[in-house]
Amino acid sequence: MSLLIGSLTIGLILSLLAYGILISFRVVAFEDLTVDGSLALGGATTASLIVGGVHPVLATLAGAAAGATAGAVTATLHTRFDINRLLSGILVMTALYSVNLRIMGKSNIPLLTQRTVMDYADGLATFLFGDRSMLHVASWQASSRDVASLLLMLVVSSGVGLALFAFFRTNFGLALQAIGDNTRMTRALGINVEFMTTFALFLGNGLIGMAGALLAQYQGFADVQMGIGMLVWGVASVILGESLVGTKKIGYLIAGAVMGSVLFRLLVAIALRWGLNPNDLKLITAAFVFAALVLPKMLTRFPALNSFVQRTVGVLRKEPADA
Amino acid sequence: MLNLTGLRKTFFAGTPNEVRALQGVDLNIEAGSFVCVIGTNGSGKSTLLNSVAGAFYVDDGQIQLDGKDITRWPEHRRAKLIGRVFQDPFSGTAPSMTIAENLALASSRGRRRGLSLALKGARHGELRDRVAAMGLNLEDRLDNPIGTLSGGQRQSLTLLMAGLLRPSLLLLDEHTAALDPRSADQVIRLTQEFINRDKLTTLMVTHSMQQAASLGDRVIMMDRGRIIHDISGVEKDRLRPEDLLARFDDVRRANQLDESAAEMLRAQYV
Repeated sequence: MSLLIGSLTIGLILSLLAYGILISFRVVAFEDLTVDGSLALGGATTASLIVGGVHPVLATLAGAAAGATAGAVTATLHTRFDINRLLSGILVMTALYSVNLRIMGKSNIPLLTQRTVMDYADGLATFLFGDRSMLHVASWQASSRDVASLLLMLVVSSGVGLALFAFFRTNFGLALQAIGDNTRMTRALGINVEFMTTFALFLGNGLIGMAGALLAQYQGFADVQMGIGMLVWGVASVILGESLVGTKKIGYLIAGAVMGSVLFRLLVAIALRWGLNPNDLKLITAAFVFAALVLPKMLTRFPALNSFVQRTVGVLRKEPADA
Repeated sequence: MLNLTGLRKTFFAGTPNEVRALQGVDLNIEAGSFVCVIGTNGSGKSTLLNSVAGAFYVDDGQIQLDGKDITRWPEHRRAKLIGRVFQDPFSGTAPSMTIAENLALASSRGRRRGLSLALKGARHGELRDRVAAMGLNLEDRLDNPIGTLSGGQRQSLTLLMAGLLRPSLLLLDEHTAALDPRSADQVIRLTQEFINRDKLTTLMVTHSMQQAASLGDRVIMMDRGRIIHDISGVEKDRLRPEDLLARFDDVRRANQLDESAAEMLRAQYV
């Protein structure tokens, strides 16, 4: 049970990563490779500040701000200095590895004895469940602290998701969405594409930095390696989410990102439980993203298989395939 | 209104592919005037339009619009004054966003986009009326993605979007060339309607001699980066498509003469 709750919690923390990837890769169509670096930067900044005695909430926000800055640097390399998008991201990601080591002063910082935002989960557990340390849900047993952590992250993830949804319905948010959809039109309508792209990467990497900050506090340490593979992980979540909701409307995509992130984490937990070697995890993740990108195209070549899949997926989706 | 002085633009300068697209273009367009630009392929007519729109900066010369010198303004800043419709019907609208969202984007063209709700109830109703007035029966499909519409419908909506906030200058870049004849007629009808209603100053590039002869109050013909004919007033009113075709033939003959003359000189002196 604690395995299930644990993976749900991590899935919710990493939904912030999925939001960030959704904003850069989908909303403004910028293949931003800063992610691995900015996630670790968020964790490193927050951990160092917490150890230095800063309030954990402030430290978390600082982690988000650090991630956002990294995103803005990547965007600036592209928009001001005309460096290719992929290369801009790679440059910043590579540089961040050293920056993260500098910030932490060593390759990892343990947080187990420190005051973190997870202490709010303890408070919440006492408030909700009194002094019971174990809960009985149906025939399962779960520690009240784990359940409270899950609830806390649910609040954070859905709060951020709702805020994003509201943001994308404003004039500013609408303009941001148009950039990834038709850049030529956005210029003709007076939208400053360079500024908006920079803002999108600022916002996206801010969320990714926050995911790193929360992940470090949840798992009890920040590590300079904690970002490796996170980009592919987030892309997998977003793709999974897109296929679950089956539309391009932004509200659905945001909900899909959460569902994709949680579902993907659950699938991984189950695979590990069944004896998958953790060392193979990144290979499997990459293979999954490859399959998700290639299968839809392959399917169109085999009409019989395609119609079978469409029918199966159609049952899973509430609304019919796009009219 | 629009004053172009000595516009020059060379692409790929200093390479074998050098193209002198504009070689000193002077043009004054008065407020409320509707000018058609014609010319052969490569004559510089689209370059002229794009240099006014700000797709690139000119090498030399000055662009004044509405009394402002916009020569060094970036494209998005010029959008405050200029409404545009492109040749490709898919260029002017965002396909996965709804009709209403596209119109909402256009209704703050060149304005500050803040954090107020883009599609409030009243705004939605107002946009609905504008769409209904076009008579395309799209007013009940405002919440459908625009990518589900036909090229003609999308081009009509792009036109509506370009004129939604009355622009100082409307730029139409062969905006019916990629449409089937029926859709093209419809878009032309709407173009005339919008221009007449709002007295829009318009610069329209076209391949159709029919359109150039029947629309607008002035025709300019370009060749090799220069304006070679400027027809307005009574002469424009009497203009028939055949007259324009005859002028095209003159241009072609002159160009051929130039080439054979060059060939002759090369044979003699090289």
